[in-house]
Amino acid sequence: MPSRVAARRGTGTDNAVRIKSLLIRVRPVSYRVLAYAAMIAVSLVLILPLLWLFAASLKTPQLVGATPRGIGEFFAALVPTDPHFENYVEALTKRPFGLWTRNTSIVVVAATVGTLLTGSMAAYAFARLRFRGKRFLFTTTLSTLMLPFIVTMVPQFLMFAKVPGPSSAGNWTDTLWPLILPHWFGGGAFFIFLMRQFFMTIPVELDEAARMDGAGFFRCYWQITLPLSGPVLATVTIFSFISNWNEFLAPLIYLASRQNQTLALGLQSFRGEFSTDYHLLMAASATMTVPVLLVFFFMQRYFLRGFVMSGLAGR
Amino acid sequence: MSLRQREEIAAYLLVAPWVLGLLLFTAFPMGASLALSFSEWNFLGDIKFVGLDNYRAMFTRDRDFVVSLGNTAYYTFIGVPLHTAFALLLALPLSSKLKGIRYFRTAWYVPSVTPAVASAILWILIYHPDFGLANTLLGLVKVPPQGWIFDSTMAKPAFIIMSMWSVGGQMIIFLAGLQGVPQELYDAASIDGAGRLRQFRHVTLPLISPITFFNLVIGLIGSFQIFTAAYIMTNGGPANQTLFYVLHLYRNAFEYLKFGYASTLAWGLFVIILFFTGLQFLGAKRWVYYEVKVD
Repeated sequence: MPSRVAARRGTGTDNAVRIKSLLIRVRPVSYRVLAYAAMIAVSLVLILPLLWLFAASLKTPQLVGATPRGIGEFFAALVPTDPHFENYVEALTKRPFGLWTRNTSIVVVAATVGTLLTGSMAAYAFARLRFRGKRFLFTTTLSTLMLPFIVTMVPQFLMFAKVPGPSSAGNWTDTLWPLILPHWFGGGAFFIFLMRQFFMTIPVELDEAARMDGAGFFRCYWQITLPLSGPVLATVTIFSFISNWNEFLAPLIYLASRQNQTLALGLQSFRGEFSTDYHLLMAASATMTVPVLLVFFFMQRYFLRGFVMSGLAGR
Repeated sequence: MSLRQREEIAAYLLVAPWVLGLLLFTAFPMGASLALSFSEWNFLGDIKFVGLDNYRAMFTRDRDFVVSLGNTAYYTFIGVPLHTAFALLLALPLSSKLKGIRYFRTAWYVPSVTPAVASAILWILIYHPDFGLANTLLGLVKVPPQGWIFDSTMAKPAFIIMSMWSVGGQMIIFLAGLQGVPQELYDAASIDGAGRLRQFRHVTLPLISPITFFNLVIGLIGSFQIFTAAYIMTNGGPANQTLFYVLHLYRNAFEYLKFGYASTLAWGLFVIILFFTGLQFLGAKRWVYYEVKVD
C-alpha cells in the first residue's frame, strides 16, 4: 500500500518517465484525430462536385439558381428536403435515353468480350510460348501505348467510310461496328500487357503437368490459365466497361443519326438543346454517372489491382 | 511435326488477331496518314499530291495552329507538374495503415470514374458566373465572383483546376509505389536521426522516382490530347483561349473536311509528343533511380 502511494506521488524521475509514457500514448491518438480530420476535409472537397450534381438534379429550376448566403445555408442546400424525382422522368423521356442506353450497352458488352478473348490469347502467347519474332512483337506492342490516338483516328475513319459495309450509306459509319470491331483484334496493348503480367505469375508447372497428360497448347490456355485468371479478367472487364461507357470522341466521329447514338453523345446533344434547363441536365448527367459508380464501388478491389499492375510498368 | 514447331504454330494462331489488328488499325492508318499529310483530299474528290504545302501552311498560314499549340503547351506544362504533385500529395496519407483508409481511397478516386461528358456538363455549372459552385464557395470567403471558363484570362487555369479533380489514376499508381518502399529504409533513416521531411526527401522520393517518371510521361501524352472537355464546355472559346490542338485537328478533319491537312496536324502532334517524351527519357537519367537494373 505505502509503495503504491509513493509511486502515485512519484519522484522526479518517476514523473518524467510517466509523462514520457503518457506522451507516447497520447501523441499517436491526437495525430490520428488530426489525420482523420484532414482526410475527411479533403474527401468533402473532392466529393462536393458530385454531391452538388445529385442535389441539383433533384431541385426545381428556381432552387438550382439560388445563391446560398453563409456556410450553413450552403450545406443545407446540398440536402434535398423536397426531392423532385420527376426531373429524372422528364429528362429521360424528352430524348430517347432508353435507346442510347441500349446502344451503349451493346458496345460495352461486345467490346469487352472481344478484348477478353483476343487480348488474353495474345497475352498467353507472350507469357508462355516461344516463337520467332516474339521480342520484336512485344516491344512493338508496348510502344503503341505511347502512340496518340489522333494519329490513327483520321485514316481509321476514312477506312470505315470507304470500305463497303452494312450501313444505309453502304459503308460502316453510323453503325456501332467501328466502336466494336477494333476491340476484337487484341483489345489494345494495355490490356494485353496487364494479362501477360498476371499469366506470368501462374506456376508454369501446371501447364507442364497438363502437357504430360497430353493436353495441347490451346487446352493449356483455355482450361488451365484462363480459369486461374479470374482477378485479372475482372480487372480488364471493369476497365473496358468504364472506358467504353465513357467514350466520347469515337462515337462523335462515327455516329450521326439520333437513334444510333450512345449515351455520351446523346447527353452532349441533350446539353445543346436544353442548355438552360439545369435541373434536367444534371438529372441526365447523374443517370449516366450512376452505373459507372456502382460498378466501381462493387468491383473496386479489381480496379485498384489493375492500376497497381500498370504502375509497375514504370519500374 | 516437332514439339517446337507445334508451339510456334499455336503461338502465331493466338497472336494472329492482335497482329492483324496492329496492321489494320495501327500500321496501315499510320502509313495512310503520313501519305495523306502530303496531299489534299475532301473525301469525295480525287486525292491530290501537294508535296510539302500542308507543312508550309501549318507554319506560315494557319494562325490557329500556333494558337492551339500555345494553349496546349500552357495546359500541359503547367497542368501536368501540378497534377503529378497533387496526386502524390493525395497518395501519401492513403499509404498509411489508419483504420478505414480504404473508404478514403474510394472517395478520392470516385471523381476519376465520372464520364467525361457528364463531368464536362457538371463543370460548366460549377463555373456558372451567377450560381456556380466555384463562385458560391468564393462568395463564402468574401472573394468577388470570377468569370472562369467564360473569361479569356481565366479559361485555361479553370481547365487545369478542373482536371486536378480527376487525378485518381495517378494517385493510385503513386499509392502502389509508396507501398513498395521497404519499411527498413525508413527505420534506418529514423535511427540516423532523419525526421519525416528528410525521410520523404531522401528515401521516398528517390525510391518512387520510376513511378513519378511513369506518371509524368503518361500525363504529358494524355494532356497534349485534351479534347472532350474543351469541345463540350467552351468549343475553343472565349477568344480561342481553349482552342486546344486536337480540337483544331478535329475541326479541320470533320468540319472543314480537309483530311490531308488534318493528317499533317496529326503527324505534327505525334512528332511533338515523341520529342518531349524523348526529352523526358533523356532527363530521366539524371533523377530516376532504379534499384534493380531491368534487362
